Amino acid sequence: MAADPLSRVFSALADPTRRDIVARLAVGDATVNELAAPYDVTVQAVSKHLKVLEDAGLVSRSREAQRRPVHLEANVFDLMTKWIERYRQQAEERYRRLDDVLRSMPDVPPTPEGKPS
Amino acid sequence: MTSTTHHETQIVSDPDVPLVRIIREFDAPPEKVFRAHTDPELVVQWLGPRGLEMRIDHYDCRNGGSYRYIHSRDGEEYGFHGSFHEVRPNELIVQTFTFEGMPDGVALEKLVLEDLGDGRTRLTATSLCDSFADRDGMLSSGMDVGVNEGYAKLDELLARS
Repeated sequence: MAADPLSRVFSALADPTRRDIVARLAVGDATVNELAAPYDVTVQAVSKHLKVLEDAGLVSRSREAQRRPVHLEANVFDLMTKWIERYRQQAEERYRRLDDVLRSMPDVPPTPEGKPS
Repeated sequence: MTSTTHHETQIVSDPDVPLVRIIREFDAPPEKVFRAHTDPELVVQWLGPRGLEMRIDHYDCRNGGSYRYIHSRDGEEYGFHGSFHEVRPNELIVQTFTFEGMPDGVALEKLVLEDLGDGRTRLTATSLCDSFADRDGMLSSGMDVGVNEGYAKLDELLARS
């Protein structure tokens, strides 16, 4: 079953190597060999990462994947917006728990020096 | 402003400085919000991400104090630690923050509480990172530990906007 597009984007970007690849492609198109150069991994491994990014709609490349440059499809600001929205969502969840804690707190501390043991 | 207003968290991400700012209002006075940030028995109840267990190693919230806590799930542990630089009751907490998976990285965090009257407080939490790469890593880091969490909610949210 195919995950929804947004889930695929998040999954694709959950990997630090793939985030790095996206960051490099934001500067300009690059070939698979160029992308593989800074990593201690094979071109095949980078191709696998690119496949995940491609399936998520983040990058595109031509048939002759080894030679033709990889192109970043998603606008980086778009990605940032998604990252920020998820970060915001996590902060909101955290603060809703804090709302609950605040509601459960007595109006004055149990003792001036802190909690009784 | 009515007392039933829902105060959704706001996030400000600066394009020129590698910081993230969180703004949120609470229906509680600054004294309580401050205590919920400084008493480890209260902190442990809300600070950890959903689905992860939170354990406090130590949490000594005073000038020159330090903290360390661990999030864990399925045997995987994520440690965090830092120092408290300036702690002013009901007003301000300045602290450092390091994710132990990236021990060279450190963020400077400033938490400001503003008394809005009527038993309400505005919290402004600013995290200043070393670099944009660190800041973006922090923004996207939630995805590493909880890729499958919250999708439904997020999708709902995006669908509504």
